[in-house]
Amino acid sequence: MLMWIIKRDLLLAMRRQSDVFTILFFFIIVVSLFPLSVGPEMNMLRTMAPGVVWVAALLASMLSLGRMFSNDYVDGTLEQMLLSPQSLSLLVLGKALAHWLVTGIPLVLMAPILGIQYDLPIEALFVLTITLLLGTPVLSLIGAIGAALTLGLRGGGVLVSLLVLPLYIPVLIFGAGAVEANMAGVGYDAHLSLIGAFLLMSLVFAPWAAASSLRVSLE
Amino acid sequence: MLQGINLACVRGDRELFKNINFSLEAGGLMQVHGPNGSGKTSLLRMLCGLSNPAAGEIRWCDKAIHSLDGDYFAVMTYIGHLSGTKDDLTVMENLRISSALAGSEISADQAKEALEYIGLSGREALPVKVLSQGQRRRVALARLLVCKTSVWILDEPLVALDVAAVKLIQGLLEQHLLQGGMVVMTTHQEIDIAAASITQLQLA
Repeated sequence: MLMWIIKRDLLLAMRRQSDVFTILFFFIIVVSLFPLSVGPEMNMLRTMAPGVVWVAALLASMLSLGRMFSNDYVDGTLEQMLLSPQSLSLLVLGKALAHWLVTGIPLVLMAPILGIQYDLPIEALFVLTITLLLGTPVLSLIGAIGAALTLGLRGGGVLVSLLVLPLYIPVLIFGAGAVEANMAGVGYDAHLSLIGAFLLMSLVFAPWAAASSLRVSLE
Repeated sequence: MLQGINLACVRGDRELFKNINFSLEAGGLMQVHGPNGSGKTSLLRMLCGLSNPAAGEIRWCDKAIHSLDGDYFAVMTYIGHLSGTKDDLTVMENLRISSALAGSEISADQAKEALEYIGLSGREALPVKVLSQGQRRRVALARLLVCKTSVWILDEPLVALDVAAVKLIQGLLEQHLLQGGMVVMTTHQEIDIAAASITQLQLA
């Protein structure tokens, strides 16, 4: 069941690769703009790198949220999912995981390469990648709630950012914080544990909350 | 047995219908009639559990459907105005995925057989976006061939279908009713379906 929905969304993403690449290029460009505008001041770049990469990841992930449910809503497949004897939360979890595989994983893979522009040391690049790997699924899961709440609304795109961005803040703080801590020579385990805790919490609660919102949105 | 008790529907501050009562036994067909905007689709959406009635209750085997959730969805198939197919997926993928999500996985052979029956042989590998309206409708209706549910709720199933396809669907519905299934449908087309019991529900 979970496999079917993931397979379905991946198949759809493969047929519409432009959507995937738009997000990735958005991420690449936003991250690259900063070194170009600030200039080659290594120290400053190094200090701002974790924050910039993380903010760009938040925005890129949010950019694709609108499409998470709206395409299925328009062609009636979402309606059919609501009538499935399987649990709707499981379906939402599947969709969020597929969203992460399509939009999150490319960002994670790209981040260490982009980090070089900021003259980050190898170890910091490694920490940055790990935090993104743990943090981006949280973005997709929390984003699913926002996408479900704003489904079918006019101007839902702006509203979803207002709803979701504040909820992203804790992940942002600890994600960027872990990299800064590493560069300052302090341990970053606590940061990672906290992001892990966010991940577990959103794995449990976000699908359920998004499923309830979908039922309300489709009534 | 599917029962509706004193159902009412309110949209905005307009009351579309109220005090709708019916009871549908195994093998029974219910046709819902009424002019445009009289609440036919709203009634069907209530019957399948997508929306809640403003008043009254829908019961399946003497239990309210909202208390059954998954158990009710496992015996019910709804085909609405929207096709429920993805444009970018092929006919075959659409049928197999929608069946799997509806809780009954089917093999590629079963899907092929169903598509052949519904008149889409040779088009299994085409994406749905290149099909005509009638063919899209056939893809949606092909789900009826592979599902194992007893309650079928069909909202204008015959729209865009040609004469041959209408006959095909008519035969399919008759066979389903003969096997003890139930059908609730709306249609503006004249169609004679043989059934053990036929209920005509007129919405004002």
